[in-house]
Amino acid sequence: MYDITIIGAGVVGCSIARALSKYDLSVCVLEKDNDVASGTSKANSAIVHPGEDPIPGTLKAKLNVRGNAMFDKLSEELDFPFKRNGSFVLCLSENEIPELKEYSKRGIANGVKLEFLNRQQALEKEPNLSDEVVAALFFPTGGIVCPYEMTIALAENAFTNGVEFKLETEVANIIKEKDKYTIETNKGNIESKIVINAAGIFSDVMNNFVSEKKIKIIPRRGQYCLFDKVQGDMIKSTLFQLPTKLGKGVLVTPTVDGNLLVGPDAEDLEDKYDLETTQEGLDFIISKARKSVKDIPMRDVITSFAGLRAHTGGDFIIGEVEDAPNFINAAGIESPGLTSSPAIGEMIEEIIVKKLNPRKNENFNPIRKGVPKFRELSNEERRKLIAENPQYGKIICRCETVTEGEIVNAIHRPLGARTLDGVKKRTRAGMGRCQSGFCSPRVVDILARELKVERTDITKFGGHSNILIGKDKEQVK
Amino acid sequence: MQEYDIVIIGGGPAGLAAAVSVKEQGIDNILILERDNQLGGILNQCIHNGFGLHTFKEELTGPEYAQRFIDKVEEMKIPYKLNTMVLDLNKDKVITAVNEEDGIIEIKAKAVILAMGCRERPRGAINIPGSRCAGIYTAGTAQKFVNVEGYMPGKEVVILGSGDIGLIMARRMTLEGAKVKAVVELMPYSSGLKRNIVQCLDDFNIPLLLSHTVTDIKGKDRLEGVSIAKIGKDRKPVKGTEQYIPCDTLLLSVGLLPENELSRKAEVKLSKVTGGAEVDESLQTSIEGIFACGNVLHVHDLVDNVTTESINAGKSAAEYIRGKSCKGEKIEVIATDGVRYTVPKYINVNNVDKVLDVRFRVGNVYKDSYISVYFDDAREMHIKKRILTPGEMETVKLTKAHFEKYPNCKRITIKVEGE
Repeated sequence: MYDITIIGAGVVGCSIARALSKYDLSVCVLEKDNDVASGTSKANSAIVHPGEDPIPGTLKAKLNVRGNAMFDKLSEELDFPFKRNGSFVLCLSENEIPELKEYSKRGIANGVKLEFLNRQQALEKEPNLSDEVVAALFFPTGGIVCPYEMTIALAENAFTNGVEFKLETEVANIIKEKDKYTIETNKGNIESKIVINAAGIFSDVMNNFVSEKKIKIIPRRGQYCLFDKVQGDMIKSTLFQLPTKLGKGVLVTPTVDGNLLVGPDAEDLEDKYDLETTQEGLDFIISKARKSVKDIPMRDVITSFAGLRAHTGGDFIIGEVEDAPNFINAAGIESPGLTSSPAIGEMIEEIIVKKLNPRKNENFNPIRKGVPKFRELSNEERRKLIAENPQYGKIICRCETVTEGEIVNAIHRPLGARTLDGVKKRTRAGMGRCQSGFCSPRVVDILARELKVERTDITKFGGHSNILIGKDKEQVK
Repeated sequence: MQEYDIVIIGGGPAGLAAAVSVKEQGIDNILILERDNQLGGILNQCIHNGFGLHTFKEELTGPEYAQRFIDKVEEMKIPYKLNTMVLDLNKDKVITAVNEEDGIIEIKAKAVILAMGCRERPRGAINIPGSRCAGIYTAGTAQKFVNVEGYMPGKEVVILGSGDIGLIMARRMTLEGAKVKAVVELMPYSSGLKRNIVQCLDDFNIPLLLSHTVTDIKGKDRLEGVSIAKIGKDRKPVKGTEQYIPCDTLLLSVGLLPENELSRKAEVKLSKVTGGAEVDESLQTSIEGIFACGNVLHVHDLVDNVTTESINAGKSAAEYIRGKSCKGEKIEVIATDGVRYTVPKYINVNNVDKVLDVRFRVGNVYKDSYISVYFDDAREMHIKKRILTPGEMETVKLTKAHFEKYPNCKRITIKVEGE
């Protein structure tokens, strides 16, 4: 029996897990996929919002602003990429200037620093803005982050501090009993005093197992295009357009790794597994992005992808469920969920402390060191690293300059990589301009060697996503 | 810092031929840097035959062709470093490289020959919508799995793009036991060599669907099928022509891009058309003492042409080391009216011995047309071509006599013309 079981190892679940690892509690995280950061947390805009957008007084407003302020310390403790690059909200027509001013009031009410810029002032900061931009709001506290590396960092740190992770463990039902919950999964039953629902787009399903107060999460798909690093310095800040009813609209942003990212659109679906991109969606985001910046260099697109947001139409749903004591929701976490996640962790921590009044975990270590990043080191540091371990002298992914040492490290660290995508999320091998054309055969080899399995067992992301189906000529009839 | 006269970056067909050529010119203080664990480059995975008809007058496989040059490199005792990745090259020709034994290596070279080859365009470059499941590979990646590692990426295959690697892989996958259901080509013509269409598709009854493309990719974990559709005159899929082909593998052969990350770092001027360096008759780039040859310069369809070009690059680099200046007045070669680019782009007449090969590709299919060469406004060559296609590289030979006939020529124009 666990004190606490968290369902979902996305950025919210892992933020909560890490916050709770400060206490002497038995905590378990259940994840249906074979790695952390496999859902919404791996495919989103990767933005740390200033907090100007949510309606004042909502949880979204409060947790966004609080979460944003937590990123400097958190990224330093956990060694994940984060940068305060500032963000713009662009106004594309003289007629909309009153709306821009109205919009700025929300930011002011939420306590967010902002500047009102005319076209000239905006161009001084961002020379590649489109001709349509007439004015802008600038938010110096806006930032960018690597969302999957952040999630992995939180998970590793939670794990190191004693939290248990059960991967490929899918919840089939949750039974409310007298003093506990029994969670039925594909890997057997798990008992827990408290259940925390951080199941992302499936958080309605979890809630509805135990509560009569039904909620509905709509999977809202957003599509993105990612551009080659040669375009990463086209802009410095994140560019939003004045929001519409469907959310914050299409943004253009540099990523922390130096690419350019464009997206998302917003399309409400039925299927919670539909991560397909569509021609219409991709065409739409590109046409919108062209209103923000002068030139969208389509020849430099290296990949496109889609993510699903847990949309409810209302505020975040956080707290103990009325008719299910000790079942705590962290549900409906759509944008600004990534930004808010550290603050959601903190909020759940307060609830748990109030409930259980647990002792501190004396051994809690807030520090996590990531995989060394060869590409970011000085030549002196590289020499030292290679002298200690020659594998850091062998480049496997040439586009992103990732060494064998980094890949082996990613496989053998806590909650290490077991798939091609797992390696990619932890090291960026395969994330560059050739999109794993050159390195995938070598990464398959390294995974098979280090995990002591056959090459045909290696998958892209678990399940039946095998890379190879057998040996040559086996199929010859 | 180590010092070399000439460093050759890349130990594939281009780098090997350039190195042998440099050494034959009597320059000994040279080094080949190769990122893979063996010399030979992409030829190592090209186990089909058809290489070397021009160079050796016989049909070799890729590894055999490479081995001829590797043997020469060994015989001539040309030093090379394997598993060595060049991380940086600047315009002063200082190279930073890394490997397991030496750690970080810094080298000052008097001349550098760029021979890094090319890479395949990934799915993103053509932005095919749909699922991002497993089972989608570039043709070259699949070739490596099948030919070098001995593993099959799938058994029911659709190939998008009819570039040479795609055609070759259609045959290879068939021979290894897979069913290739179709080769789908966006353009109304194949970008591969005619002989490959005959030998790799026709001989195995594999359909080539011209003016078609993949419009959707289905599959949760592993690929389950693709939708293809006809392409209209506006180059967009025609509604109502979609058909679904169940398959577990999609191979992409949608173009090759010269790999010029290092060239960019060295501030070498690159062509917007080829993605390779702009070079002169000596295959020197915009940076003095930095030369380029092979697929890093422009994508070739025959390795024999790579070899010829690389031998020339080696000679030029050796002459540069001996003090020959590559400066001086240059004629610009203009590619227009159907001709996409030329290599070289600039010609210093003083450096042309007898004949200069100018290589280029056309941008469309032309039947019964002419390749014309103008020295300023005078049409000097007008060569009848029964067929010109983007898939086959063309050559015109400019002779010393041409240049002597037009001593004040400022520019040469190459174009496709009618009668």
